[in-house]
Amino acid sequence: MTTQTTPAPPVPATQTSRERAGRLFQQHGALLVLAVLLVAGTVAFDSFTTPANLGNIATASSFLAIIAIGMTFVIISGGIDLSVGSLFVLGGVLAAYGSRYGAAVALALPLVVCGAFGLVQGLIIARTRMAPFIVTLAGLLAARGLMLSLTDEGATTYLVEDDLFARIGQGGVFDVGYPFFVMLLVLAVAAVFLQRTGFGQNVYAIGGNEDAAALMGVPVARTKVVVYLVSGLLAGLAGALNAARLSSGVTILGIGLELDVIAAVVIGGTLLTGGAGTLGGTIAGALLLGVIQNLINQVGGLTSSFQQVVSGAFLAVVVVTHRVLGRVREDT
Amino acid sequence: MSGSPVPGGPVLEADGALKVFPGVTALDRISFALGQGEVHALVGENGAGKSTLIKVLTGVYRLDAGEIRYRGERVEFASPLEAQRAGISTIYQEVNLVPQMSVARNLFLGREPRSRFGLIDFAGMRERASEILRGYGVRSDVRRPLGSLGLGAQQMVALARAVQADARVVIMDEPTSSLEPREVDKLFRTIAELKEQGRSVVYVSHRMEELYRLCDRVTVLRDGRVVHTGPLAELERLRLISLMLGRNLAEVAAEGLTKFGGRHHSHAAPVLRATGLSRRHVLDGVSLAVRPGEIVGLGGLLGSGRSETAKAIAGALPLDSGEVAVAEKPVPGGSVAAAIRAGINLLPEDRKAEGIIPTLSVRENIVLAALPRLSRAGIVSEGDVDRVVETFMRRLRIKAAGPGQRVAELSGGNQQKVLLARWMAMNPKVLLLDEPTRGIDVGAKAEVQTLIDELAKEGLAVLLISSDLEELVEGSDRVVVLRDGAVVGELSGAEVTEEKIMAAIAGENDD
Repeated sequence: MTTQTTPAPPVPATQTSRERAGRLFQQHGALLVLAVLLVAGTVAFDSFTTPANLGNIATASSFLAIIAIGMTFVIISGGIDLSVGSLFVLGGVLAAYGSRYGAAVALALPLVVCGAFGLVQGLIIARTRMAPFIVTLAGLLAARGLMLSLTDEGATTYLVEDDLFARIGQGGVFDVGYPFFVMLLVLAVAAVFLQRTGFGQNVYAIGGNEDAAALMGVPVARTKVVVYLVSGLLAGLAGALNAARLSSGVTILGIGLELDVIAAVVIGGTLLTGGAGTLGGTIAGALLLGVIQNLINQVGGLTSSFQQVVSGAFLAVVVVTHRVLGRVREDT
Repeated sequence: MSGSPVPGGPVLEADGALKVFPGVTALDRISFALGQGEVHALVGENGAGKSTLIKVLTGVYRLDAGEIRYRGERVEFASPLEAQRAGISTIYQEVNLVPQMSVARNLFLGREPRSRFGLIDFAGMRERASEILRGYGVRSDVRRPLGSLGLGAQQMVALARAVQADARVVIMDEPTSSLEPREVDKLFRTIAELKEQGRSVVYVSHRMEELYRLCDRVTVLRDGRVVHTGPLAELERLRLISLMLGRNLAEVAAEGLTKFGGRHHSHAAPVLRATGLSRRHVLDGVSLAVRPGEIVGLGGLLGSGRSETAKAIAGALPLDSGEVAVAEKPVPGGSVAAAIRAGINLLPEDRKAEGIIPTLSVRENIVLAALPRLSRAGIVSEGDVDRVVETFMRRLRIKAAGPGQRVAELSGGNQQKVLLARWMAMNPKVLLLDEPTRGIDVGAKAEVQTLIDELAKEGLAVLLISSDLEELVEGSDRVVVLRDGAVVGELSGAEVTEEKIMAAIAGENDD
């Protein structure tokens, strides 16, 4: 039996302060916690606020952040992309493999293959209306299989043989690596597309109410295809950068990374139900995970696995907070 | 079908339109013509084909046969977007906008104003949105999420959105169902302006006053066919209603076509008493009483508040005010569990969505609600369950291979009996039946009707909702007629005739 939603009481002309506080926390909560942790880290550990350490956090977080930017599009559109972890690894292997033919190939090969993965997933999701969860789970398995077959079940590790390409991953300005600047560039382009173009509006509309969006004339299928294509491309890009940084296509790092990516996006205030979220929040979420990891390393005595416990607990807090704030907003 | 000339020449036409869904012909080669600058009423009961026609005209569905002509040319819109670009916009009954997005973004989605470099000009968009919406009496901050506005205001945003596009044709599907009177006035003014500008409106509504006030011509659909089209002013209200309900006034004669037995008069004190049930936009002070052994029919058109009344009594619809009492004991409102405990059971209208659980067996479906009564300390007594299931399968003559058969494999009529059995197993005092025989074949229909009759004879109080006037008249001892969420008439004894019910629906007694 369905109950109808109660008609809203007469609406005040402007947002209530409660409402605004709720929205602010949802959008900037991750940033707030990030700032608190940075201050706490500075107070607690002398070695935390050194340029080298901060640069390290920024660089190390950029790979996750780049993938999370793509995932933000996907989740805002109401979908999910589980294949990005596998595509990240596959992209790394392909980049290392391709580096023997020069930097251009090392960069292009993972983009083309991972982009194709994303494109096919997007087409299947958009055309057959199958659940993104299942389609990208299939993509996860397929990409992992392809990666394993390229590396003889992981036995072969390709080394990066092009110095120019390796420098993209290893070089930097002062203590901040180039991957961080690549991430900023991707962020800038993505933010313009999400916030200032019709495509971005369509992504929000589809995630908010897909049927309504279709009836309002939004090209639903095309938008979804692009969203998954972007997600695949960015996972490939992050994989390539990671290979450049490590000088090899490592076959084990990044298994299960999709879950960290989703966590970063959700911590950043994007609703898993779709229709709402910001890229700024996602970046804050990714940096937050990086800072938590770094702080736990600073503590010493705790294994880095403990980072996942903390991240998981934090994610739970965020999700519950969303739910509570959502209810507050419905009540007002 | 009367072929009246189309005023101003047709702007949008359907010719021989055929649309078939699995198992049902939604549109049976119908023809429809919308004139330039006219307001055209599209009416019909549930399942008549109105929504399908609208969706075919606006590119949501493709025709199986026949053609759509727009401004004299054959068109095949592949999507709502194409139809909108061509100048046909639609306001759907359920507000079909994106609640999380801001008011301004909803208003401009798909045609956002652009600044240099082709980027969206948000400042300009907000400014224009505020300006446009002020004209519709919406003064909220346009940066607010649409979902935080009242339903009426949301509907006005949908209206503004549909009209601001350079639409030649605006299709409105029950636009007033969630509007306040002030907003309705604004809507009517907007429609008048559209008409003056030579634009055309298709207006779907069940509210007779609105139809006669606004519309030039009317097309009546029934069972996927056009049963009448012509100027509205020449058509009497009663005639219009009889066309919608498919009852020929001359033919109305109680011939005992249904399987209901005679009337069972009852003078016992009412077991169910509902007083002043009210909910904004939905119910307006509905009161009724049902005695044990009595079948009370609820009459009225679609959207008149019949199902809502039943749901309110069953605790499934939150109320602003009003009280339900069983045997003079008030039932706490807004709780289905409390209503069930009090002995009120609802057989919902949409048995697929709200009733049966198709993947479970007949046995499980029957005892689902009664499990608490069939268990001790949380442990279900299998023996008791078997006995209950066996009893009701025999008593309601449920045709299934056995208690273990999945309900999905049964016919519609037997599914309905399984649902009836579920509620009978609860030993109810009051049974609310919402369209109990819709969508089941003739034979099963007769059986279900016989059953309802038997149940009433055994002392159950039954509230019967049916769009089938014949069923309503022959099944009910009394009929309460609703219009726009309020009781507009109550008929009993010899007064219970199709004519009287239709007259009450048409409002011929009160104005």
